[in-house]
Parts: sequence; C-alpha cells; structure tokens
Amino acid sequence: MDVKTEVLGMINDLFLEDVSDMMDEDLFDAGVLDSMGTVELVLEIEAKFNIKVPVSEMGRDDWNTANKIIEGIKELQNA
Amino acid sequence: MMNWLQELPNWQPYGDPQYFIYLLVALIPVVVALLFGKRIKWYEGLVSLAFIVLMFAGSHWQQFIALIGYIIWQAVMVFGYAKYRQKADNKWVFYGAVFLDVLPLAIVKITPAVTMGQNSLLGFLGISYLMFRSVGMLMEMRDGVLKEFTFGQFLRFMLFMPTLSSGPIDRFRRFTEDYETVPDRDKYLGMIEKAVHYLFLGFFYKFILAYIFGTLLLPGLEHEALVAGGLINWPTIGVMYAYGFDLFFDFAGYSLFAVTISYLMGIETPMNFDKPFMAKNLKDFWNRWHMSLSFWFRDFIFMRLVMVFMRHKVFKNRNVTSGVVYVLNMTIMGFWHGVTWYYISYGIFHGLALVINDWWLRYKRRHKKQIPHNKFTEGFAIFLTFNIVMVSFLLFSGFLDQLWFHNH
Repeated sequence: MDVKTEVLGMINDLFLEDVSDMMDEDLFDAGVLDSMGTVELVLEIEAKFNIKVPVSEMGRDDWNTANKIIEGIKELQNA
Repeated sequence: MMNWLQELPNWQPYGDPQYFIYLLVALIPVVVALLFGKRIKWYEGLVSLAFIVLMFAGSHWQQFIALIGYIIWQAVMVFGYAKYRQKADNKWVFYGAVFLDVLPLAIVKITPAVTMGQNSLLGFLGISYLMFRSVGMLMEMRDGVLKEFTFGQFLRFMLFMPTLSSGPIDRFRRFTEDYETVPDRDKYLGMIEKAVHYLFLGFFYKFILAYIFGTLLLPGLEHEALVAGGLINWPTIGVMYAYGFDLFFDFAGYSLFAVTISYLMGIETPMNFDKPFMAKNLKDFWNRWHMSLSFWFRDFIFMRLVMVFMRHKVFKNRNVTSGVVYVLNMTIMGFWHGVTWYYISYGIFHGLALVINDWWLRYKRRHKKQIPHNKFTEGFAIFLTFNIVMVSFLLFSGFLDQLWFHNH
C-alpha cells in the first residue's frame, strides 16, 4: 500500500472520518484533528512507517492537511 | 557602580502616550530603511537596548542586574544543550536542561509564597516570557528541528524589545526567519497599515475601556462588595464582570501595542487574542484567549505529556489520558501565574471544565441527530461559555481572598 492509502486509512480508523475528498482542507478547521488526535496520528505513523516524527513539526501550519501529512512522511522517509 | 542606572528615568513599556512618541520617533530610521529593503541591525539593536535599559532604570535597577544574570544563565543552558545534542540524545540530559532553565523562575514564583510576600531578587519584569522562549528552543533542539543558530540570533530573539515584558510569545525559528528576510515593499506597507489600525485599537482598549472598567468601576464595586461581606453578594457579581473586562481590554491593548511595534520593525509577532468572548465552548475559548501562551502550553506541555502517556500506555482509555493531561496542563498554568490558592484553583477549574467540555463535545458528536443545533443554541453556548470564563476570572482576580479571608 502507498503512503496515501495508509494515511487515509489511519484517519478513518482513528477519527471515523473519510477525508479523501478534502485532501487540501485544513483538518483542524474541519474538526477532524485536534492536539489529542495529532498525537494519536503521530504514534500510528511512527509505528507504521518506522520513522520519528518531531512533535515540533506537527504545528498547525505544517501538518494541517492530508496532503501535507503525506508529503511530510515521504520527506522523513527519505531523510 | 550602578548609579548611572538609578539616575535614569523609568519608562514602563507602553505606559503612557509619551512613551509611544519617543519610541515611534526612534523607530523612524528603521521604518525608512525597511521601506528601501534594508535592515539596519546595529541601529535596531541600539534602540532596543536603550528602551530595555529604561524599562529597568531608576528604582527598578536591581531588576536590570537580574535580567543580565538570567540571560547568561539561559545562554549557558541553550548553548550547552545545543552542543550536547550534536553528539547525543539522552532524555535525562534534556529533562535536566529544562529543569535548570525553569529553576530561576520557579524560585521567583515560590519565594513570595514562603516568605509572606517578599519578592525574590532573581525576579524582573518579563522573566516568564524569557523562560517560555528558551524552553521552546530546548524542545525544538531535542526534536532535532532546531540545530544551528548564532549567539546574536539567540540574543535578538530573547531580548526582542516590543515583546520583552509580557509577550506575545514567539517561536525561535519563526522569529529568526522574519528577522533574516526583509519583507518586500508591498508586504511591509500592508504591515504598516495593520500596525496603525492595531495601535489605535490598542489605545481604545487600554486607555479608554480598561480605564472605565478597571479605574472607574472596579474600586467602587470592590468596596461595596467588601462592605456587604458574606460568601457572595451582588456587588461581587459586578466585580466579576468589571474585572473580567478590565483584564481583557488591558492585556489585549498591551498585546496590540507589542504587535504594532513588532510589525513596524518588520516582524510578524503572533496575535494574542481573537474575540475570546465569542467562543462557543471552553476549548474554543483557549484558542482565542492569550493565544501565544495557550499554544505554548498546548505544544510543549499538553501534546508532549499525551505523547509520553500514550507511548507508555499509562491509561487504556484515550479519554482518560486527555482528561488527566487537561487537568495537569491547566494546573501547571495555574502555578505559573503564582503560588496562591486562587491561581492554582483557577488552573484546576479550567482543567476540570475542559474535561466536562470534552465529554459534552463527544456526547454531541455521538447524538448528532437528537441534539438541536441552530442560531439559538449557538447563542446560548456563547453566553454560557462567557459566564463560566467570567466566574474563573473572579477566582483569578484574588478578590475572593479579600472577601472571604480579609487579606487586604
């Protein structure tokens, strides 16, 4: 499975929301993510992709849309 | 040796109209240079230094010594940890660095509580805000997102004059990027326009509205309430609203000034308030009230505690985790305000209220169909949130300490 499918699946499992039709929408504004949810998602991502996500990067400007999260993961995988 | 400092006048930041005139005149060269795409770093440094010295001059001169001592202490922590972090990443070293960084502030906060109101010699105006900035740097170094910076950048960030005394609390990487890139002319003109608007809004808030609530209304109401006595009385309700509005207009006014001066210096310091009394629930309120502080607590305390608890699976249930961390987070914030029963209970009050708020939001989500949602329920939610916040401010004000325990 590619990163996109994995991430969408995680969001679906954790927050019971399908965000596939709003890939560039701010997930905090949309009420999908909050601080608590962000940490849950980070822990899932770290376990699944075997990467370390710096919590400071989870700021609301950097990881606030599905597409940005996917980009961020790809960057960390290549780092 | 420090006679020269005692001889100088003391200028509290944004204290009176004259302060603005001197500061704005001093900033004219900075503004002109920025309009031509240049930043005269040495001149900015000089103006900042002069106004910081005047902030602590006269009878406050001891605070100036405390400030210098604290900056040296923090420089040792930040650069010491930066050097260590290049080679290793032991979590206990990180905790140790954060502990030592916070230690002087903790001493300053605890001293009055254990000495019947004596102030620590280590304290000075703005010490908390310096701590927030440097601890933020330590956290970002630990995460590996902040690696290289110079001593000059560190000093400029820590001692940024417009926000030195009471924030807003900026973040090192955001601030330094602003400082190192000069905004283009269109963008800078837009910032000046906003600055002018914020300046006048700030005048209206601080010198008119805060004056009405804090200076004209509040003392009379307090007097009546104390005369009436008892656990609670009508004038105390008046004190609650007058104090709440005074607190908001005074601090929001100050914050607007700090943002205004930052913008004129080409730095987009974050805003501190976003119509907090229009919040629909308490969570929403903390996204609108003293935002740079509540976001600092969210990013550096709430999220990190949640991370630790979840990683070690301390609680099975996610809602228990978030509830415990809400209470911890807000109680720490209460302690930061000061070690008194009313600040601490203010923190616990907000922690517990956030737990209830969170429970309600989950319940609402599960029963979307049964619970009506319209303009009326939204208006009621705003009304309820506003009043809960006002009750918490009455606690925060310390007035109940006078009313109940006669500590005048």
